Amino acid sequence: MKVYVDRNLCDNHGQCAISAPAVFRINSEGILEYEDDVDGSLRNDVEDAIDVCPVQAIFIRDDE
Amino acid sequence: MVAGGSLGGLRTVEQLRAHGYTGSMRIVGDERHLPCNRPPSSKGVLSSTASLSETLPESTFRQRTSTADAQRSLGTKTFCSNLADRVVELDKGETVAHHGLVVATGLFARRLDTCTPAAGRFVIRTIDDSLVLRARLRPGIRAVIVGAGFIGCEIAAAATALGCQVTIVEGSSGPMENSIGRKLSDTMKPLMEDYGGEFRTGRVVGLLTALDQRCVGFTLDDGSQLAADVVVESIGSLPNVEWLDGNNLDLTDGGLCDDSMRVRGATRAVAVGDIARFPDQVLGGDARRVEHWATAGDTAKIAAATLVADLAGQASPAAVTPTPSFWTELCEVRLVGVGSPGAATSVRELEGDLGHPARGVALGYFREELLAAVVTVTLPSNRQLHYRGLVATARELASNLPAFQPNPTRKREDQ
Repeated sequence: MKVYVDRNLCDNHGQCAISAPAVFRINSEGILEYEDDVDGSLRNDVEDAIDVCPVQAIFIRDDE
Repeated sequence: MVAGGSLGGLRTVEQLRAHGYTGSMRIVGDERHLPCNRPPSSKGVLSSTASLSETLPESTFRQRTSTADAQRSLGTKTFCSNLADRVVELDKGETVAHHGLVVATGLFARRLDTCTPAAGRFVIRTIDDSLVLRARLRPGIRAVIVGAGFIGCEIAAAATALGCQVTIVEGSSGPMENSIGRKLSDTMKPLMEDYGGEFRTGRVVGLLTALDQRCVGFTLDDGSQLAADVVVESIGSLPNVEWLDGNNLDLTDGGLCDDSMRVRGATRAVAVGDIARFPDQVLGGDARRVEHWATAGDTAKIAAATLVADLAGQASPAAVTPTPSFWTELCEVRLVGVGSPGAATSVRELEGDLGHPARGVALGYFREELLAAVVTVTLPSNRQLHYRGLVATARELASNLPAFQPNPTRKREDQ
């Protein structure tokens, strides 16, 4: 499962790092870092992260 | 049957599917658009020049495939209901029978209590409201914002940035005081004044003045006059509960729920979002509504699990109380809060100095010696997440404290 964050939208709120800490984290500068290739077992966590993002910047791109 | 077509309703249908519900779903909401993200309505939308057709795709929530078969009725209101018989009547006369009900009809903007013509007076609740107001915010016009909560302050900041002459009338002593307390409010006030907003605090609106069927200003309670080209009423919101009348529910301030989001006094009915008045198992005390954006998603998860269990006649999952969280950005300052600042008996800096907010501050809100909330000021979110963890831990301890009794709901502006 491919995860994509639109950096034009991302405001580094960090809510995603609470929902899916295995995928998203905020580094010591306060900037988002994330895994873009994620095991399908984490889908629920990533969907939760999508939901809680205040600027709706997170997307899942399923493998075709 | 989901009454309410905004974020709370949307998140609940998603969560019903996630919790294994496979039956049909009907969503009824009075807005004409698919659910939009509301925060930009008082933030970015006011400052942008994009048209509705350009703004809508950016603001509209993505639809999940799991909810694609839900039947959506836009621009339709729930008119009345008989919860015992499980029927809801819609404003167009249709009767909808259902097995389970989600109450997600949210809030409507309070208006000043006046018979003055509505022309010249604005509120923001929807993206449409935002675009209507934006068209009037021209450089040099006199905009008077009544009410300095989060929304009022955001509108004031946007109007100031657009070159309007902005006056903010607030009954308390400063911006967002009811939400973030006196200390931080006192810090934010001069920042907002530096950007050009003028405060009239401790004042309430008296008589409005009309000219040619338009509101052109008003008198304050000290007798002073304020002329206005645009009046924005940001004096809070009231729950859309009228359609629930007659069911013997407690609707004194939204719909009263138990700690699993069930509507008290009904069966197979749950409430979500800012219409839901639910108990805080951590702080105890009276049930209360939490009007934050995050509440819709947080309560939808709990309510969907409850409703799926109730429909199946199974035991409901253990009740959890969501940790409140909110954010706003004003005058290049981002405030991020977690917990319940209103429960605090004392406030002190955990990091930084409120005398220098631009350098970053974390403000701790203590109830007795326990951390009830933290609000960070211009700190990066990794610091905010750190404090969120502290508040979450403290909340586990807080269940041993005597119950917190919130202030009775009071009107932010006396009439």
